[in-house]
Amino acid sequence: MSVEYDTSSRFADYAHPERLVSTEWLAEHLGTPGLVVVESDEDVLLYETGHIEGAVKIDWHTELNDPVARDYIDGAGFAALLGGKGISRDDTVVIYGDKNNWWAAYALWVFRLFGHEDVRLLDGGRAKWEAEGRAYTTEVPAREPVDYPIVERDDSGIRAFRDDVFEHLGKPLIDVRSPEEYSGERTSAPAYPEEGALRAGHIPTAKSVPWARAVAEDGGFKPLDELDAIYRGEAGLVDGDEIVAYCRIGERSSHTWFVLHYLLGFDNVRNYDGSWTEWGSAVRVPIARGSEPGTVPAK
Amino acid sequence: MTLPDQLAEIREDFLGLEVRDRLQLLLEFANELPELPERYRDHPDLLERVEECQSPVYIFVEVDDASRVHMYATAPKEAPTTRGFASILAQGLSGLDAQELLAIPDDFPNTLGLTEAVSPLRIRGMTGMLARAKRQVRARLAA
Repeated sequence: MSVEYDTSSRFADYAHPERLVSTEWLAEHLGTPGLVVVESDEDVLLYETGHIEGAVKIDWHTELNDPVARDYIDGAGFAALLGGKGISRDDTVVIYGDKNNWWAAYALWVFRLFGHEDVRLLDGGRAKWEAEGRAYTTEVPAREPVDYPIVERDDSGIRAFRDDVFEHLGKPLIDVRSPEEYSGERTSAPAYPEEGALRAGHIPTAKSVPWARAVAEDGGFKPLDELDAIYRGEAGLVDGDEIVAYCRIGERSSHTWFVLHYLLGFDNVRNYDGSWTEWGSAVRVPIARGSEPGTVPAK
Repeated sequence: MTLPDQLAEIREDFLGLEVRDRLQLLLEFANELPELPERYRDHPDLLERVEECQSPVYIFVEVDDASRVHMYATAPKEAPTTRGFASILAQGLSGLDAQELLAIPDDFPNTLGLTEAVSPLRIRGMTGMLARAKRQVRARLAA
């Protein structure tokens, strides 16, 4: 049973307004049966310092990743995780977090890999909730564990692997990292540790659209016309395009995936979560440097 | 190689807890991170940015005339994990003799039982902080 959608006019222009809720909507709907609020942050302790009342925490690193292989947890693991947190398959899940929902979008994308149907983002995340002076609590909710069905992950629709990217070369690629990472001056975001990639630059032909360009000043998403100007205008995407987005490990590009798919309405968008830490370390893959996209390499 | 008592105590405190309670202890450390002394508040240029951390954290290490070390750190409240790491080191290193500090194993952060709770990737930030603290001490001793 889905909780009613946020029908506020600010989301109405987006292709899938049902994927967003506003802070006002959430404040009014807290405690509604069938609604579970999930916080997912970069900082693993931020939830403990205070969170939205009733929210449960899901940590991308320690809970959504497989502890051994570089992959996400499997169907049994996801069922155990969600069931243990008292989330049912038909619950409406609203995810929010720090850093303009960067990690919240990542968690949402993983929820969609498992086909959890009704999962939405809180527009603006923690920053907007706090800026509006809304309350936090440190009380951890005691939710009864439930049976979440074991559903195998389906990577085919919204996840791209390295070989898929090879096949994709010539179709639109969006690099959402910082300009310095794109041009090859460095392998990690400014102010982030240099890690995990042996070469710097970008996948040839990828257009540079840093993920945060989709974010408005209040931390929420920009209105449709502004997003159109960036992605359809500057980046030249057209309806019907198949698109792959990537970043360093797939987190920032989940945010862009959300924008392209749910807000702008592109039906075929995949997130390459291997991203630069894989591509930039792989043997004999083509790499372009500098601020220009470069040309399609011979296959 | 024996760890200085104050660091060994911190480690025992962490290892004595269940994994999820270790996060709570880390949060207590985060809340205890002292404000910067006034002489550094107005001199951000004296502080060194720890690039290994995802959040902006700055440290400064002093060595006094008696060769005792004092470490100061500042990190935003939106980054409690980083604050916790800085606070562990500020409490664990301050008052040590400079040579004692330099003898601390570089992998001390990995021995606190936190890798499982916060992930190895995040622990790297604390390893970076310790390495920078040591480098600052070496630089002060050489000066």
